[in-house]
Amino acid sequence: MTTYMNDPDALGHFGSFGGRFVPEALMPACLELEEAFRDAWADPTFLDEYHDLLREFGGRPTPVTYCDRLSQNLGIELFLKREDLAHTGSHKINNVIGQALLTKRMGKSRIIAETGAGQHGVASATAAAKLGLECTVYMGELDTQRQALNVFRMELLGATVRPVTSGSKTLKDAVNEAMREWVTCVDTTHYCLGSVMGPHPFPWMVREFQSILGREAASQLDERGVGTPDMVVACVGGGSNAAGLFAGFANSTARLIGVEAAGGSAIGIGSPGVLHGMRSMLIQSDVGQIEEAHSISAGLDYPGIGPEHAFLADIARAEYYSASDDEVLDALQLLSRLEGIIPALETAHALAWVFREAGKLIPSGSTVLVNLSGRGDKDVAQVLDILRSQS
Amino acid sequence: MTSLDVELRSVRDGGRKALVPYFVAGLSDDWPDHVRAAVHAGADAVEIGIPFSDPMMDGVVIQEAADIALRRGTTLLSILDELSTLDVGVPLVAMTYYNLFHHLGLERSAGALRAAGISGTIVPDLPIEELGSWQSACNDQDVACVLMVAPSTPLERVERVNSLSQGFVYASARMAVTGAASDGGHAADVVQRVRLSGDKPVYVGIGITTPKQAETAAGFADGVIVGTALVQRLLGGEGAAGVEAFVGELRRAIDAA
Repeated sequence: MTTYMNDPDALGHFGSFGGRFVPEALMPACLELEEAFRDAWADPTFLDEYHDLLREFGGRPTPVTYCDRLSQNLGIELFLKREDLAHTGSHKINNVIGQALLTKRMGKSRIIAETGAGQHGVASATAAAKLGLECTVYMGELDTQRQALNVFRMELLGATVRPVTSGSKTLKDAVNEAMREWVTCVDTTHYCLGSVMGPHPFPWMVREFQSILGREAASQLDERGVGTPDMVVACVGGGSNAAGLFAGFANSTARLIGVEAAGGSAIGIGSPGVLHGMRSMLIQSDVGQIEEAHSISAGLDYPGIGPEHAFLADIARAEYYSASDDEVLDALQLLSRLEGIIPALETAHALAWVFREAGKLIPSGSTVLVNLSGRGDKDVAQVLDILRSQS
Repeated sequence: MTSLDVELRSVRDGGRKALVPYFVAGLSDDWPDHVRAAVHAGADAVEIGIPFSDPMMDGVVIQEAADIALRRGTTLLSILDELSTLDVGVPLVAMTYYNLFHHLGLERSAGALRAAGISGTIVPDLPIEELGSWQSACNDQDVACVLMVAPSTPLERVERVNSLSQGFVYASARMAVTGAASDGGHAADVVQRVRLSGDKPVYVGIGITTPKQAETAAGFADGVIVGTALVQRLLGGEGAAGVEAFVGELRRAIDAA
């Protein structure tokens, strides 16, 4: 029987995607990290520490919430996995706790991280504070303006935020800058990458750390007698929350749906390429220059996608669609009004697709689980500005 | 052996330390004149930087130059087109990131490089594990793959890199991206480690900024690569005359080594 979302091959490939495309200077650090992760992930002491911290500090397990009003409206059974209720307000904590513990295990004292919307930066700063690590976060200058409050949060948590002024001044440039910085300090510093992207072992390791949310959701739906949902849906930038969700359902009958930003749809409008240490689907020009993604949400403003998603799309185990900025704004308001949950703009992409496709691509009566990957508090000022300018 | 191997070994066997300046292609209309000026002033080979949108191994100076070149509409093929009429009589080595070749197609890229007179490539984001298909496409066209060794590269990896590298081995003087530096870094140590497992020419780059640093590096290496310091001068408004003067200074310094 074919099984899905297994480990990548020895060089980190998922089919023809993934791998390790980094300068020689970073190869030893990638190899060291892979070995450290393999070792830790098989060590009951590490696993206990990881799960204890996520329970006592991270607020796990997060609940699954049934949406009665929306279910009635849409003619489907809609459930939400509530990662917005995890500490720091999104699923990002699952990954950073794992990587921060690994940093200490490798004898390193500092982490660096990239961030787009600021969720991963805040989560990294949080884990660093909790575990006594130094933390520097690279953030596109444009994003520091869009997400000024998150910059302040990171600083409150003791992290240093470095605005990145190169290129498009967004997430992809923050990754470039973090990689450049990492070259200079690999001995003492771990690069705490925030998504299922980058060179091996990051796409695999981050998926493993995030798989806790998918496995939790699967057993929660079982326990309440819902069983396997017809589809599970998550937004995708790099794709860490989707990878974590899919990992819990990849070997079930559930359809796996990823929803990208229309202006950052690497699967939809991209082609294979090599960026940030991985071979994956990328939005690029006809001569192979990487293009800027465009999205209302800083967290999905990324021209690539994790290599395992490219592979899952390639073998048609998962399906990828996109949602426009306008649909996303509508979805954010609809969930807020009907269910009392303000979702992050990133998360609202997954909801927008469900709202649009209920009764179409989603047959009426289907059971649908959406990963509510993050809360919208960080976005309300931006949404206020947009809605005011529209009215 | 590729023709780049043959040519660079003959430079070494002639008792000469190689000087390899780096240029960002497409930085200005007259960039081919900068290459000519460098060769006139004593360059033994020239590294042609092909601008990429996301240069992970480059510091701010080369990033800025690459941005300017890209905004001018420079592409891989436009550069190769310009190079095909530039006959400077020394080997040209293209330095860029893998996506440009991956996107155009490996065989097609290697063929286009050769047709433009380029005899080697440096692709810093392509480590030995992923090198295979690119190296075989290049070698079909007699294009060499120059590989890098970093201060962090453990000895058994140095051996593997050394055995696969063609033309020369690029010894990175420091754990850093391209850019100016105030000291010689770990260059001597890296060169010594490379020499343990082979007899290919070893050139030092990354952070060689001044004639004095070039002279020191030429004392233990077979060649010296200077990029940022030159690009900085071009960004500051110096033209071919400035290139010729600075490369001349570097030449005299390494000849004194």
